[in-house]
Amino acid sequence: MNFVSIIFQRLLYAALLLTAVLVLNFSMMHLAPGDIADTIAQANGGADAEVMEQIREDYGLDQPFPIQLAKYVGGVLSFDLGYSFFYNQPVTTLIFEKLPATLLLVITSQLLALVVGVLLGVFSARNPKGASSYFVTLFALFGYSAPVFWTGILLLIAFSLKIPILPVAGMRDVTIEGGFFIHALDIARHMVLPVITLSSIFLALYSRLCRASMMEVLGSDYIRTAKAKGLSDAQVTYKHALKNSMSPVVTLAGIQFSAVVSGAVLVETVFSWPGLGSLALQSIVARDTPTILGILFFSALVVIVGNLLTDLVLRMIDPRVGSKG
Amino acid sequence: MSLNQEPIDVARSPFSEAMEMFRKNHAAVAGLVILILIVLGGIFGPFIYQGDPFEMVWAPFSPPGEEGYLLGTDYLGRDLVSMILHGARVSIAIGVSAAFLTVFIGITVGALAGYYKGWVEEILMRVTEFFQVLPTLLFSMVIVALFGASLPMITLAIGLVSWPAVARITRSEFLRIRELEYVMAARASGVRNWKLIFKVILPNALPPIIVQAALMVGSAILFEAGLSFLGLTDPNVVSWGQIIGSNRQYILDASYTVTIPGVAIFITVLAISLVGDGLNDALNPKLRQR
Repeated sequence: MNFVSIIFQRLLYAALLLTAVLVLNFSMMHLAPGDIADTIAQANGGADAEVMEQIREDYGLDQPFPIQLAKYVGGVLSFDLGYSFFYNQPVTTLIFEKLPATLLLVITSQLLALVVGVLLGVFSARNPKGASSYFVTLFALFGYSAPVFWTGILLLIAFSLKIPILPVAGMRDVTIEGGFFIHALDIARHMVLPVITLSSIFLALYSRLCRASMMEVLGSDYIRTAKAKGLSDAQVTYKHALKNSMSPVVTLAGIQFSAVVSGAVLVETVFSWPGLGSLALQSIVARDTPTILGILFFSALVVIVGNLLTDLVLRMIDPRVGSKG
Repeated sequence: MSLNQEPIDVARSPFSEAMEMFRKNHAAVAGLVILILIVLGGIFGPFIYQGDPFEMVWAPFSPPGEEGYLLGTDYLGRDLVSMILHGARVSIAIGVSAAFLTVFIGITVGALAGYYKGWVEEILMRVTEFFQVLPTLLFSMVIVALFGASLPMITLAIGLVSWPAVARITRSEFLRIRELEYVMAARASGVRNWKLIFKVILPNALPPIIVQAALMVGSAILFEAGLSFLGLTDPNVVSWGQIIGSNRQYILDASYTVTIPGVAIFITVLAISLVGDGLNDALNPKLRQR
């Protein structure tokens, strides 16, 4: 099968998955006790039965389930995820406002986790009995066992309160004036702790897996051949072995997208990072169902796009993936 | 009849072998001991150390060790020792029951997919993929938010988002084992499908599933902690994540109200993952030699 038709197939499947998410979303909204009329009534301090009936009619809630579902799916296809009665804004506007902050946090922390994780893994694989190997094992245990929000709060106590070198919360300091560069620097300073916190979980995973796969690759015949040719250790490790030991790590990173988005919710809450995660929690507390479901839809979209990209990267670094189908 | 007994008999001696391997793993044994202590603390602690975890017993933010309160008091002047002990109950209960639910769904889906193959597998694995696309925490937040934050609902939410990993492992084990000769022989001698699935194949597919189940208890505890940290928990029950969440604003005055429950979660999950690693070494010795 050629590359284009594979991509086409994947996109079609992704569209199917997203439609399924929409159906699930809508069914949950339908099954949950209370509806939009209740929410509006609550926000206005109660309403009588007649008004409630009117609201239900206005929003088409009196129509049968399949018609409502079709309307919802149709709306989403035209980029309409509904209207938030809590924020008084269309849900899509709300989400697009918050999405960049979340993407910035998620992508930076994944890159950090991958780069540092792979380096740690390589160092410890080259020296399996050394201190770095021991460190990777301990670190992996910590990364798995410590709740990420707790790690975040500990870092916050250490580097914002006890030694106040980094900002406590938010994404930017509104009092700072200056050009683009100064603002970028300000955001970078705010990013340090959230990014380290979010990457800590994945750093542990990646370094452990990279060490295992690197050790396996280093034991293979072609590496011995490369060494016999007289290549230096560093050349063999970074040019020959690294490329092949990367594909399990990239595969794992691809599976983690859903976990990354979940972690982002907690990290954003700890650091008051103005992203989708904070929005999700606020709208859940406010019982703002259209916004919650819109975020769930968008995060599923992020995961699906992430999986597609991982698949592409894997095909690029490892030609064997394509041939297996 | 004897054919049905066979896998059980065979599994017997590797079992004692696995016990032996586990006992030699000091970290795993230490983890198990800690875990048993935590479980005992959760079950009997509240009887020995009496007191209502919701009761205001002393001035707020009394540091650990002062005024006779070993771990101090929180922002409402509640005794942290009492809260931690009651929290252990919730964490362990939810961790274990969510892991059971996860394993139950995962084994059912994975076994059917791996045994029947064909369109059954196709459909079930697509459903599994679908559940993996939904960000776990966000999805369970939505479930809890829409359908109420009771402990059973939280357990259900955690189980509902965590089963795909178990289903995948079970399926790949079933795909491998169903082609083995003893299964072929059993099938040829007319053993029924459900008996093949649950009595012939499943016992031999269990080792990696058991390891995964052990780790699931840990991740379910982390999951519950995350939900209750966000405030999505039964307000009438104390849990570790909730102590951290509700004291979070006061870290400047009393950081111990956040660090102590976090240490409790950390140690519990660490102990579980040590036991899980030990089980992995003991039950899947071949995997380890790589």
